[in-house]
Amino acid sequence: MEFIWSLEFGDWNLINMRHVITLLVENEFGVLARIAGLFSGRGFNIECLSVAETLDPAVSTMTIVTRGDDQIIEQVLKQLNKLIPVIKVVDLIDKDFVEREMILVKVLATEKTREEILRIVDIFRGKVIDVGAKTYTIEITGDEKKIDALLSLLKPLGIKELVRTGRVAMSRGSKAMTELT
Amino acid sequence: MKKTGSQIIVECLKKEGVDTLFNYPGGAVLPLFDELGSAPFRQVLVRHEQAAVHAADGYARASGKVGVVVVTSGPGATNTVTGIATAYMDSIPIAILTGQIPTSLIGNDAFQEADIVGITRPCTKHNYLVKEIKDLSRILKEAFYIARSGRPGPVLIDLPKDILVDSAEFKYPEKVSIRGYRPTLEGHPGQIQRAIHLILKSKRPLLYVGGGIISSNASKELFHLSEKLGIPVTMTLMGLGGFPGNHSLSLGMLGMHGTYRANMAVMESDLLIAVGARFDDRVTGKLESFAPQAKVIHIDIDPTSISKNVRVDLPIVGDCKRILSKILSLLEKEETHSFREGLHKWHRQIENWKAIYDMNYQQEQIIKPQYVIEKMDELTGGEAILTTEVGQNQMWAAQYYKYLKPRTFLTSGGLGTMGYGLPAAIGAQVAFPNRLVIGISGDGSFQMNSQELATAVQYRLPIKVAILNNGYLGMVRQWQEFFYGKRYASSSLEGVSPDFVKLAEAYGAVGLRATKPEEVVPVLKKAFSIPEPVVIDFVIDPEENVYPMVPAGEPLNQMRLV
Ligand SMILES: Cc1ncc(C[n+]2csc(CCOP(=O)(O)OP(=O)(O)O)c2C)c(N)n1
Ligand SMILES: [Mg+2]
Repeated sequence: MEFIWSLEFGDWNLINMRHVITLLVENEFGVLARIAGLFSGRGFNIECLSVAETLDPAVSTMTIVTRGDDQIIEQVLKQLNKLIPVIKVVDLIDKDFVEREMILVKVLATEKTREEILRIVDIFRGKVIDVGAKTYTIEITGDEKKIDALLSLLKPLGIKELVRTGRVAMSRGSKAMTELT
Repeated sequence: MKKTGSQIIVECLKKEGVDTLFNYPGGAVLPLFDELGSAPFRQVLVRHEQAAVHAADGYARASGKVGVVVVTSGPGATNTVTGIATAYMDSIPIAILTGQIPTSLIGNDAFQEADIVGITRPCTKHNYLVKEIKDLSRILKEAFYIARSGRPGPVLIDLPKDILVDSAEFKYPEKVSIRGYRPTLEGHPGQIQRAIHLILKSKRPLLYVGGGIISSNASKELFHLSEKLGIPVTMTLMGLGGFPGNHSLSLGMLGMHGTYRANMAVMESDLLIAVGARFDDRVTGKLESFAPQAKVIHIDIDPTSISKNVRVDLPIVGDCKRILSKILSLLEKEETHSFREGLHKWHRQIENWKAIYDMNYQQEQIIKPQYVIEKMDELTGGEAILTTEVGQNQMWAAQYYKYLKPRTFLTSGGLGTMGYGLPAAIGAQVAFPNRLVIGISGDGSFQMNSQELATAVQYRLPIKVAILNNGYLGMVRQWQEFFYGKRYASSSLEGVSPDFVKLAEAYGAVGLRATKPEEVVPVLKKAFSIPEPVVIDFVIDPEENVYPMVPAGEPLNQMRLV
């Protein structure tokens, strides 16, 4: 039950604050390896990472969630900036931002628990997207708190499998990432 | 006009002003060598690809130009890795062109396939796999630009065989535009102004300078700044030569094997002005006690160097040369006379430290290594180019030779690569055929690339290799003596090394030997007078140690002096 571990982190403390970093990178082969290699080679931690093309197919955007004290995060940001194919790096922790993650979760559904699962899914505005003989597969989107809360309710009922997309994030307001400073 | 990939590479190298290649051929890269055969470059065929990179590195450090290496795929490419990592740690501009199997076979574990782009990702400034010939000239242009600009470094270009033989329209891109790479060159004007205020308010300022002074060619500016204000200068291993070692304001090297006065000055300083240096652990000792009284100004081209190890009060990101000259021109408007006067006490204190302890050794019946270096200094007037291996020989070369000019001391600082010195001397001699190039060596390190004597002989490169032969992996033995109860596990070479004189002769070089102190000067003179490669075997005191020594992780004022 790996995911429980990350739930227990909760809101650690300021020394190891969670940072959500978004990047614009050249959409070329090897970029992901460069970034992953930077984190592993320098002992930085990656909690999750997601990548996809932007409207401009030559550019991808990445969202990285990481933890560290101020000095470590400063290094992370500078080192990312130093990579040649990295076009822009923004630490959203300094901004007002929205974040979302989608999860798919397969929960044991027995006579006794079916009702309760459906109720929980409803409250969290999720969807049951597949029904098996003994399971429900649920889709839900939300920020970290919402997802964590859902998982803590489902866990006692028996989670068979969990897949998370990793977080994506964007600053609030009308400015695009390219315009942020 | 249409050209083959190989022809395009030759044209691009010409456009970049390349005059010399260090190379080693093989199957995948033969189409390129076929073209290089008639190209107008000086080509040095080394005997091991690691040495090709070290030689290009020595060439680059001595000349300031980008060193260029051409090798084949697979083992040729993997052999370059130590050389590349060495250059990366010391920010040396090199372009490494590796052959690669054809694009259609990549990923198939084909004969002599190695994912060299993957392997070298963490030890290059950047690297490329050329997948389409239309990108070739742009990539080469970018590679040279990236290698030499900003904080310099090695760039590798992997060239699949089909790209070398395919044809395309050749158009040389006149401009480079990489949106993710725009090094900051000019320092922030407000920060520079604040730095001047901090400097003029300080009572015990100290310039702590590193390899950035050399790579940005800022020694002249440093010299003027130090002289104008009377600020003493201490250099890292990489910074030696950046400020004249015989100047009264030079404190010599700092750090683990630094001078007493340099390390004491760091501990007592109230303002440390770091220029092109990165607070390496061999320099700082115990971080928490490093420069405890000082405010820190840090001038560096690489933002990641700033506040990485030591919290900096005033960072200035940019090119050292530009920032120092900006500071100098702003100082014109300031009254600096009384500031200078105010440093008298500080200068006197430094003099005192020098009187308490200065580099010294006792020349006895057996040759002391320090004596050899000191005599070299006297005989050459500090004008030679020295390269070093790694270990005690490297530290004595740093301590006892007074480097007067930048680009005259070539050493593997960051990675500490044994086997660097001989090929680097070859590279430096290729860059400056008429200068005296001396490779300071150890009996251990020499054997890591001794095959390059063949290269030196083939190209009649009159390098002088001075082996300080102590019969030990001396620096390892020193640590074992100090910290491991004199248990000399795997560090003795006594009686098991080849006869270095005969070895030199076997290669067609000249071999000389000195076993007594009185032979040192005559042998040096003789070696310097022979216009051919010479190896000198200096049989030295086997158990001589390098002093002072700050044990790793201790504060800089905890120096062992004897
Ligand atoms: C490639 C490599 N392997 C191992 C080391 C570790 N090492 C540092 S100094 C040293 C001894 C060097 O011996 P020698 O060349 O004889 O120099 P000396 O210290 O005796 O002057 C060793 C093994 C290294 N720096 N580089
Ligand atoms: Mg030795």
